[in-house]
Amino acid sequence: MAFELPPLPYPDTALEPAYSARTISFHHGKHHKAYVDNLNRLIAGTALEGKTLEEIIQLTVNDPGKAAIFNNAAQVWNHTFFWHSMKPGGGGQPSGPLAAQIVETFGSYEKFAEQFKAAAVGRFGSGWAWLVADGKALKIVTTPNAETPLTAGLRPLLTVDVWEHAYYLDYQNRRPDFVQAFLDQLVNWDFAAANWSK
Amino acid sequence: MTHQLPPLPYAFDALEPYIDTLTMQIHHGKHHAAYIANLNKAIAGTPFEEMPINELLARINEVPEEIRTAVRNNGGGHSNHTLFWAIMAPNAGGAPTGALASAIDATFGSFETFKEKLTAAAINRFGSGWAWLIVKPGGALEVISTPNQDSPIMTGDTPILGIDVWEHAYYLKYQNRRPEYVANFFNVINWAQVAANFAAAQR
Repeated sequence: MAFELPPLPYPDTALEPAYSARTISFHHGKHHKAYVDNLNRLIAGTALEGKTLEEIIQLTVNDPGKAAIFNNAAQVWNHTFFWHSMKPGGGGQPSGPLAAQIVETFGSYEKFAEQFKAAAVGRFGSGWAWLVADGKALKIVTTPNAETPLTAGLRPLLTVDVWEHAYYLDYQNRRPDFVQAFLDQLVNWDFAAANWSK
Repeated sequence: MTHQLPPLPYAFDALEPYIDTLTMQIHHGKHHAAYIANLNKAIAGTPFEEMPINELLARINEVPEEIRTAVRNNGGGHSNHTLFWAIMAPNAGGAPTGALASAIDATFGSFETFKEKLTAAAINRFGSGWAWLIVKPGGALEVISTPNQDSPIMTGDTPILGIDVWEHAYYLKYQNRRPEYVANFFNVINWAQVAANFAAAQR
């Protein structure tokens, strides 16, 4: 059974104006879809066909001969996770146990936001910034290109895509503005909190 | 003296319709300018402040570790973009002539085969980076690609032609269609400048 492009969890206009329908049409409809199509083509007729996405990621990471499979599989996973990391009317501060843990780890929500933004802006080239659970601890990490914290045994709670295709139509070279908008208007803390309590 | 943004050798709209005006304005005026500002900040007050950019990249391993990544990324970005602007021109494209044409034929078999190799290198670079035609220290030509802003100069090679495949180089006009951008890039290659770079690399 081939992988399919998961539908967006909201209409493509739902994140306007912070994240345009035009950006989503390419980001979900072209980039995310191409990763799905490439993955299906690359694993067809191989031992990886029929494995879960997570299994394929773990089985191909750090294998130079399987870099294309890893890249496409991980990008399928990362993008699905990214769409859920945003929601209409998102942004602002978390609540509940995750909020308490953020304050305990980073000192305050503001300090968390500052560090998360610095990490996302500081990732040179294409990649991702993540809030992850490392056992019972919270951490901010970044990964280059398709790499994912999953392969380091970390549990992603939230991610922002900082490939230029994620923001170039709306923000051009102004990645800091995109990351700020992500935190202020887009981030889905309910999703992060649910991941944290798992 | 600190590094400065070199003026574009043609108007922002000169590469239309292959590379659009807005892309050129942001690419040169924002991205390239930011690499230079960040490079100058990184090397301020160090013995590397006065060094010409390509010498700085050739000696990247001598740069102190605490600023090496910043110099690699931003110095690479400055050098790569400076070359990139020069090897494009309006009313350009076509095929090389003279010694460069002969060397390309001798190395790759034909100009068409070279074009296929450079295209594949540009399309297959995953993430951000560059595809290059380089001259090796012994004088041989080779097509390679590098990630991010890494320059072939950092590994002792001489880039004579480069295509930027960071998404910022083409996203406003081509979005996800990198292959279309790469195909159109061949319409703006300034082969006279590439030939001059080739001749300089032979010396």
